[in-house]
Amino acid sequence: MSSASGRARKEPAWVRLLLIGIAVAYLAVFLVAPIAAVFTQAFAKGLSAYLHSFADRTAYSAMLLTLLAVVISVPLNLIFGLAAAWAVTKFRFTGRSLLVTLIDLPISVSPVISGLVFVLLFGMQGLFGPWLSDHGIKVIFAVPGIILATLFVTFPYVARELIPLMETQGTEDEEAALSLGANGWQTFWRVTLPNIKWGLLYGAILTTARAVGEFGAVSVVSGHIRGKTNTIPLHIEILYNEYQFVAAFALSSLLVMVALLTLVVKSIVARRAQTQLGRLAPATVEE
Amino acid sequence: MPGLGLSLGYTLTYLSLLVLIPLGAMVWKSTGLSLTQFWEIATAPRALASYRLTVGASLLGALINAVFGFLVAWVLVRYQFVGRKLLDALVDLPFALPTAVSGIALTAVYAENGWIGSHLASLGIKSAFSPLGVTIALTFIGLPFVVRTVQPVLEDLDAEVEDAAASLGATRLQTFTHVIFPTVLPALLTGFALAFARALGEYGSVVFISGNMPMKTEITSLLIMTKLEQYDYLGATALGVVMLIASFGLLLVINLLQRWVALRGVAR
Repeated sequence: MSSASGRARKEPAWVRLLLIGIAVAYLAVFLVAPIAAVFTQAFAKGLSAYLHSFADRTAYSAMLLTLLAVVISVPLNLIFGLAAAWAVTKFRFTGRSLLVTLIDLPISVSPVISGLVFVLLFGMQGLFGPWLSDHGIKVIFAVPGIILATLFVTFPYVARELIPLMETQGTEDEEAALSLGANGWQTFWRVTLPNIKWGLLYGAILTTARAVGEFGAVSVVSGHIRGKTNTIPLHIEILYNEYQFVAAFALSSLLVMVALLTLVVKSIVARRAQTQLGRLAPATVEE
Repeated sequence: MPGLGLSLGYTLTYLSLLVLIPLGAMVWKSTGLSLTQFWEIATAPRALASYRLTVGASLLGALINAVFGFLVAWVLVRYQFVGRKLLDALVDLPFALPTAVSGIALTAVYAENGWIGSHLASLGIKSAFSPLGVTIALTFIGLPFVVRTVQPVLEDLDAEVEDAAASLGATRLQTFTHVIFPTVLPALLTGFALAFARALGEYGSVVFISGNMPMKTEITSLLIMTKLEQYDYLGATALGVVMLIASFGLLLVINLLQRWVALRGVAR
């Protein structure tokens, strides 16, 4: 870009300043103020009250349950995301775009519905409810329900990251490996996986963030049994409704830090993925 | 290319077990209602009030985001200033922040004794526990969508086209309205639709700030929740099906919009 054309594309300084000012104010009001409020409220009664919030046994078991939901849903949805992205991007078949739409479905469905469907399947009045209760298996108002709801809401994220990435990368690398005598799995492990590792990592991080933070869906299936079926967000709700604001915001501050960490990792990974894409198709990278 | 059978088979099985069968079960459950019963539940005054609030506040939030999200994307792509990278990263916060945390944080900010709520209250505006509070929450959660769909299009915008417009005597404003804006419009509409769709189903960030008064500040997701807590499974299912149809329809619209964006990209 020459300096002359650069000047032609610039607005007057006062317009630029005004626009930057509005943008910064907008983000400050909507994004910075809420985060600041979490920390202000969490430390409203000092550091010791803040730390004391974490010493609670029910808070601890909420953290364990949230961790369990993450540990189960991330690998399962990772494998699904890989399979789905492979099927959708390496092949052309009828119903392909419908499949992509269906994969996105859990994102656009209200979280309350995501929980409701499992109540209708496994709850006492549900399809399998009577059979389950005859066999002494509890899904709804128990841990399995929470895991199922978490799996449902975090279902699309890895696939959504991988599909556009693998679409751009095409199939040439894989075809080369295959023609050189590699079998399918070798091609996948040695060629495809290294090509998509950053996208995969980011998908896994998004899945983790959603699994940690899911509220509506797990709220429907949990039954809010303290120390048993409460995840961190559900525990925050209980504390908040009991006017235990310091404790509620202290736990929230933990989740805010997880969210901020997600954003940091995202910006690092996004840059890496760009370079990875850029190496394959230099024309797509600007600057 | 090997692996079609395995990957597609696994994908379809997992998709069916986890998503399609459960959603199908809800639709199936709703057939336990006669059409008149379904219609009665779906158009009960309290349900209608909840649709009005949900759709109205979602539209308003998406509109606010279309205007300011475009502006934010523009500023992030076009201008250099201190803190630009930080702001850029921060835009995704509503994606990453658990909705319950967003809910109580926004309530703290907009309650009558909150930082912003107190100023609004002195102007006689009630923000938290009113429809305005619902709109604020839905604006918050929809914020990343417009920015993130418009941003790449602005980045890819061909500088030469703008230069050409300028050299042909167009003012900066004319270049914007005749050259830049039409190119960005499909992406802007996609972002708007995504923000709207996300807002329609939102639950966690709204329930704390809305006050949850039936007929006044009760969103549809919450009404479903209330029905569930009263063990009115059929009522909850009927409203759930209404919402499912709405979000599926929107999803199709969004897919069409995205194809339009992609076509534009190819055409350029």
